[in-house]
Amino acid sequence: MTDHGWLLPLIVASSLGPGIVIFFLRDEQVAVRTVLNLLGAVLKVALIGIVLAGFFRGDSLEFRYTIGLDLEFHLRIDALALLFTALSSVLWLVTTVYAIGYLKGSANRSRFFGFFSLCVTASTGIALAGNLVTFFIFYEFLTLATYPLVVHRGTRKALEAGRTYLWYTIGGGTVLFVGVVWMFTLVGSVEFGQIHLLGDLPADLRPQLTLLFWVMIAGLGVKAALVPLHGWLPAAMVAPAPVSALLHAVAVVKAGAFGIMRLVYDVFGIELARDLGVLPPLAVIAAVTILFGSLRALAQNDLKRRLAYSTVSQLSYIALGIALGGTLAAVGALVHLVHQGVMKITLFFCAGIIAETFKIHRISDMDGLGRRLPLTMAAFTVGALGMIGLPPIAGFISKWYLGLGGLELDQPWVLVLLLLSSLLNAVYFLPILNRVWFRAPAREWKRHRHSRRWETSGMLLWPALITALLSVLLGLFTTSGWSVLALALEIVESWFPPAPPGLAT
Amino acid sequence: MPPEPWQLYALTAGLLFSISLAGVFLCRHFFRKIIAVNLMGASVFLLLVSIGRRDHEAFADPVPHAMVITGLVVAVSASAFALALARRIHRETGRDNFSESE
Amino acid sequence: MNPALSDSLSALPILLPLAGALTCILLPPRHRAAAGLLTSALTLLSASALTWMLLTTGISSQNLGGWPPPLGIQLRFDGLACVFLLLTSLVGLPVGLHAAALFRSQPGDDRASSPPLFWPLWLFLWAALNGIFISHDLFNLYVLLEIMGLAAVSLAILSGRPAALLAGLRYFLAALVGSMLYLLGVALVYGAAGSLDLGLLGEALPAGAISVRVAFALIITGLLIKTAVFPLHFWLPEAHSAAPAPVSAILSALVIKASFYVFLRLWVDVFDGSVTFAAGQAVGALGAVAVVWGSYQALRQSRLKRMVAHSTVGQVGYMFLLFPLITLDPAAAAAAHGPPTWLGHAWTGGIYQALSHGFAKAAMFLAVGIFILAVGNDEKRSVTNMVGRLPMTTFAFALAGISLIGLPPSGGFVAKWMLLKATFSSQQWWWAPMIVWGSFLTAGYVFMILRLAFAPAAEAPKKNLRPVPRILEFTALALGVGAILIGLRASEVMLLLDVGAPFAEPVQPLTEPPGGADD
Repeated sequence: MTDHGWLLPLIVASSLGPGIVIFFLRDEQVAVRTVLNLLGAVLKVALIGIVLAGFFRGDSLEFRYTIGLDLEFHLRIDALALLFTALSSVLWLVTTVYAIGYLKGSANRSRFFGFFSLCVTASTGIALAGNLVTFFIFYEFLTLATYPLVVHRGTRKALEAGRTYLWYTIGGGTVLFVGVVWMFTLVGSVEFGQIHLLGDLPADLRPQLTLLFWVMIAGLGVKAALVPLHGWLPAAMVAPAPVSALLHAVAVVKAGAFGIMRLVYDVFGIELARDLGVLPPLAVIAAVTILFGSLRALAQNDLKRRLAYSTVSQLSYIALGIALGGTLAAVGALVHLVHQGVMKITLFFCAGIIAETFKIHRISDMDGLGRRLPLTMAAFTVGALGMIGLPPIAGFISKWYLGLGGLELDQPWVLVLLLLSSLLNAVYFLPILNRVWFRAPAREWKRHRHSRRWETSGMLLWPALITALLSVLLGLFTTSGWSVLALALEIVESWFPPAPPGLAT
Repeated sequence: MPPEPWQLYALTAGLLFSISLAGVFLCRHFFRKIIAVNLMGASVFLLLVSIGRRDHEAFADPVPHAMVITGLVVAVSASAFALALARRIHRETGRDNFSESE
Repeated sequence: MNPALSDSLSALPILLPLAGALTCILLPPRHRAAAGLLTSALTLLSASALTWMLLTTGISSQNLGGWPPPLGIQLRFDGLACVFLLLTSLVGLPVGLHAAALFRSQPGDDRASSPPLFWPLWLFLWAALNGIFISHDLFNLYVLLEIMGLAAVSLAILSGRPAALLAGLRYFLAALVGSMLYLLGVALVYGAAGSLDLGLLGEALPAGAISVRVAFALIITGLLIKTAVFPLHFWLPEAHSAAPAPVSAILSALVIKASFYVFLRLWVDVFDGSVTFAAGQAVGALGAVAVVWGSYQALRQSRLKRMVAHSTVGQVGYMFLLFPLITLDPAAAAAAHGPPTWLGHAWTGGIYQALSHGFAKAAMFLAVGIFILAVGNDEKRSVTNMVGRLPMTTFAFALAGISLIGLPPSGGFVAKWMLLKATFSSQQWWWAPMIVWGSFLTAGYVFMILRLAFAPAAEAPKKNLRPVPRILEFTALALGVGAILIGLRASEVMLLLDVGAPFAEPVQPLTEPPGGADD
């Protein structure tokens, strides 16, 4: 432990503080709110930059606070935490800019940005959590902070979606709660990385451990939208676009996927998970989800719904990579955690621009949109092609490693699955691109009120362009020392016992 | 062996308590319920007094007597309060029992 | 600390509100609120002083009039008494502020809106509550329970509306039957042991004697009625929902806790030789059914206050899950070497449930009272779009709801965590589904209200809201924040609880506790 442990709660507080202050602002106090929002977001990125630099120098940070008895609040930094906080803080900064532009002039903005900040606080907390209790606390906090965002519009449809969302997530949270308490009674407080605690349990407890694993997966699987627990995700897309963007890219779904990673590698440990035989079924569930999500996406005409089902499918690449249980597949999962976030947020930004600028929600109304919104649609195209897995965009890297992982483990069906799913991705994304770029517009586009210079408000356009650029850069500079891949390799090294059998063969 | 006098009293107290407990739950009329609760109190006091006399000494045990006196004060004020409340309900609504909503 | 000083201090939490109540009766009604609030502040101060004393010098006891037990009556102040005393003061002060502001905002001689008797009655009630927490004598507890019942019922019928009067009479009769059962049990206990002091009784009671068994059953049943445990809860929903909001808060948050407290004390201190595994299971079963039944009923109510009142029935059930977990199967206890580790968890969990429910339910009743005040009716639909119109109150309601559901970080979370953990480690896993199912139902009714609160303005009735004084909103919010805070500062509360706790702490704190606790 070093003296700079206080940095970690500060990272969490950098969005919590502004969030709380914003609640008390009037809707008209735009300037104060904007400054606070951006200040918090920039501060968070800066703090993570400092921590990141320190981490590469070999510092490790830790913060502990006892709530009572064995309930301990514990934040600490490791490579995986760093990966996730970096992702969420950078995307939060971008999304904040986007949200300010998106909600210009609408009602209840102070409430929106208040909860928005709380939501990011929760996902940072999830990332930095050092033990299961802290993880659980932020996991539930995330549910509570996102609910008001999902129902923000207050329409009947939004409220219905909010109800669905709550039943799923509260149910999942309760199941997870039982799992966490159960684990406590077996081995006491479990810090992430202490895999020997469960591994050293006597063999007659193994069946109980298997059951426990599935209970916790059931709890985490809700947020990770594993079939059949995915029902809330397509419903929740009624939320305003910045919320969908954040929900689908970082906050909620990634909390689930991140939790599964922590569970398999940092609580159970890969060897115990292999011994229990829980990984192959999990891989099957993930594979089913991948295909199911893609097939459902095909059938959707609403752009955001299609993107939502695409998220269901894409997320399970992460689960698949975890469940395969090989080094390269795990690298693929980690890389996809980041890459999918960046690409999906681009797509949702673009969907939001289209909806906000021209009130277009259906794909069938998008004919010729590329001529009116060339930059937006260019960003969209980058995101879509990345999802399909076209090099050099980031999505290619994740699929490449997942495929390698399948080969490494001598499981060629993974390759078949990847090809099939990429094909489906292409089938549901390419027609959109075709419509947008190569069909004649069905009607005359009016000039937009937001901006004269750009095709839409700059505050909406720039975030989309930046994340699109980022997804290309992440793909191009994969091999550099500071890339996601480098971090992922480091994480995987800590998960697998030395001299992994996969690399040798 | 014939029972000692204090045992007879205690037995009577138990019987009285059971009857009045049944009364509280079976009667619907306010006044009957209040009387039944009062009777419960009386039976407990009887038991206490009989407990005070069970050692064959010259003087009775003073502690149960103190309890009875305190208990009487409490019981009187509680009964008065309940009666006043019942009267007020009767005055304002004309009801004298729980029959509808019980 | 000077022992004489500490002795005279320990009666202050009873004497201060008692003196305040008498003063309030003598004062003209318009000055009563000021006197009452001053008394509340002083009582809180005395409770804090006692807490500090407890942490520095440990358990203190005082013989009233200088007579030691078994002849005299003893006051005893330990960790358990301390946390309940603090709960009463910390909830009582904001609720009093709320009441003062509420009654002042409705001037005029309308008895229903501005009851002159609120302050004397509430302070009497407070004195009785504090007395119950400190008293260490079985019969003294009876007298105080009766005073508490009289004052509580008088408060419940303050509005004078027929529905309240009827509910009040039913409440009072139920309380009286409970007291009589209790008193009969006390008589039998005295007959068996010849003492009334809780400390002496614990050793003197002949374990297993038939009269002690009967006495135990009578006392337990009497207290179950007073605490409104299923199926003896029939009087509670009416009585608690017909009272003015601050009174509902006091009744639900504090009054039922007092009889729970007596139950708990007698179970572990006096009847520890008589309680059996089966008795623990039976009480736990009642609690578990109450959890599900009360929460389910709350979900079904169409009126706000009745919903919150039914929720109390469910939440009380959680507190009684403590008893099966601390009452071991003797065979199993003999087989295990050393005291089982979960006893401390169950103990803390049950008490934490009582504490956090105190804060959360008070906040919830006050918040609901504000909604009703603003809209003018008690329908659930009246909260439509409240998040836009009364955001602070909605927030207070949400915080209270979070604690009731048991979501982190809140007092309710700590409580349910401890209880669930004890359930697993004692292998009494059958309680776990009840705990989880109750949380789920609770989430149902809390979020049903929040969902309405987020509904758009277009769906709300077009009536304008009546103005709500800010202080009403602040006090509700303060209590809601309290329910969350005790979940964050649990180690301090547990530090207090440890003083004289019947079960040794099973787990060493991971970090050094602040301050030195020596008992």
